[in-house]
Amino acid sequence: MTITQTPATNYQYILASREEAGAGRFIGIVQLNRPDVLNALSPDLMGELVEALETFDNDAAVGCMIVTGGEKVFAAGADIKRMAEASAVDMLLIDQLARWDRIRKLHKPVIAAVNGFALGGGCELTMMCDIIIAGENAKFGQPEINIGVIPGAGGTQRLTRAVGKAKAMELILTGRHFTAQEALDMGLITNVVPPELTIEEAKAMAKTIAGKPAIAVRLAKEAILKAFDTTIEGGLDYERKLFYLLFASADQKEGMAAFMEKRQPAWTGS
Amino acid sequence: MSSPSILIEPQDTGVLLVKFNRPDALNAFDDEMSYAFQDALKNAEKDKAVRCILITGEGRGFCAGQDLKSRSITSENGAVPHLGESIRKRYAPIISRLRNMEKPTIAMVNGVAAGAGASIAFACDLRIAAQSAKFIQAFVKVGLVPDSGACWLLPRLVGWGRAMELALTGEAINAEKALDWGLVNRVVADESLQEEALALATQMAQGPTKAIGLIKRAMNRAMSMDLDSYLEYEAHTQEIAGRTTDYKEGVAAFMEKRPAQFVGQ
Repeated sequence: MTITQTPATNYQYILASREEAGAGRFIGIVQLNRPDVLNALSPDLMGELVEALETFDNDAAVGCMIVTGGEKVFAAGADIKRMAEASAVDMLLIDQLARWDRIRKLHKPVIAAVNGFALGGGCELTMMCDIIIAGENAKFGQPEINIGVIPGAGGTQRLTRAVGKAKAMELILTGRHFTAQEALDMGLITNVVPPELTIEEAKAMAKTIAGKPAIAVRLAKEAILKAFDTTIEGGLDYERKLFYLLFASADQKEGMAAFMEKRQPAWTGS
Repeated sequence: MSSPSILIEPQDTGVLLVKFNRPDALNAFDDEMSYAFQDALKNAEKDKAVRCILITGEGRGFCAGQDLKSRSITSENGAVPHLGESIRKRYAPIISRLRNMEKPTIAMVNGVAAGAGASIAFACDLRIAAQSAKFIQAFVKVGLVPDSGACWLLPRLVGWGRAMELALTGEAINAEKALDWGLVNRVVADESLQEEALALATQMAQGPTKAIGLIKRAMNRAMSMDLDSYLEYEAHTQEIAGRTTDYKEGVAAFMEKRPAQFVGQ
């Protein structure tokens, strides 16, 4: 029935693990693990991150994923040393940022648990996630302007969609850092908690989500993301069709039956 | 070579004694002293061996605030002085760190505390003053606004009416009245100030430092939160405190009817 895959354990730049969420469900946790360079997002690290997330995405027992940098720092940006001497053609041919697009294609929700710096590519990585939980000590920023470039992994698009034009302009054109509280006030992130509890809060939320009917979770995520690249008319049509589609799932029958019989539903993810 | 503007005297009790050291100017701030004080606080915050910071002034005064003779605040050639920049770079980081660092800070007010000097005392967690100590928010007398957080801190310490009185008159308030108003926690005889202050600081330094830090965090947060949000925040802080070594020790000591030996973690 359920195919359980455990991610390869020989990752060099990340730590990947599964944690039980009850009722046979799991959450997948990926921790960026290059603390000596503040988790700089090298192509190798990103390769491992994408691979680990895709493995969890294909693991039927996993219902939600977390990306974190650990207690001290999320990710202080891309690996600038490797880019400094590159030509435009090099950058185009290597196209390392294309790999990041695969995060966008994940079907299951991804929660970013952010402590400390989330700068440049680190900030963009959080924005690729579906939910962002930050410690009070978190510092976000798109400082690319200070080294002669602009955000290249979605910063100009996702920040703008999240906080609006005027605020995105200020943040990207000045390159200044902003706090977790400011990010919360702007609507960029989900929640702010004491840094000691960031990962636990993310785990608690991930487990809650992992306990929901999987197909409905997947289609809800798909419908919400649709809001960013369609007209309201198109989005409403899309939502309605997904809503109708869910009536083909066993979990819809179970959920509504359980509701009427005043009992807890037993989800099968089908 | 001139003597350092800030003296740092670590005690073996975990107390760090930090002294303003420009006694000829009643310890008024020049640029150098403000940055030296910032560094001292930053290092004290990082240093795990430091579990309480006791701040005082060398000589007759605690701190007379901004040195009005200092260059950075005077206008040269009729140019506009940028006091805002001076506040942002020199004083705001001090007040912010005193309030936010998760270690207890105590002002040992040995004489006059004026302007930013008074504000620094207000920003500490506790204030113990000598009988001869005085507090002055003199800003209005030179046509300025109380700075270094005074308009934020004072109403929280003594209430709106008294805060306004101090800020609008710019008049000095003596130690006795300061105690009566709740502006200071304790007043002691001049000659026993250091002994009493060190005793209080030692008590703090031997305390459960992580929990004390969380208490500061909670109090600071509570100032800007509604009750229900705060109650949720309180659950977070207690969750964290409940995992400390010191909590285990505190409960064990209580059960065994002996004094707790806290390690600060």
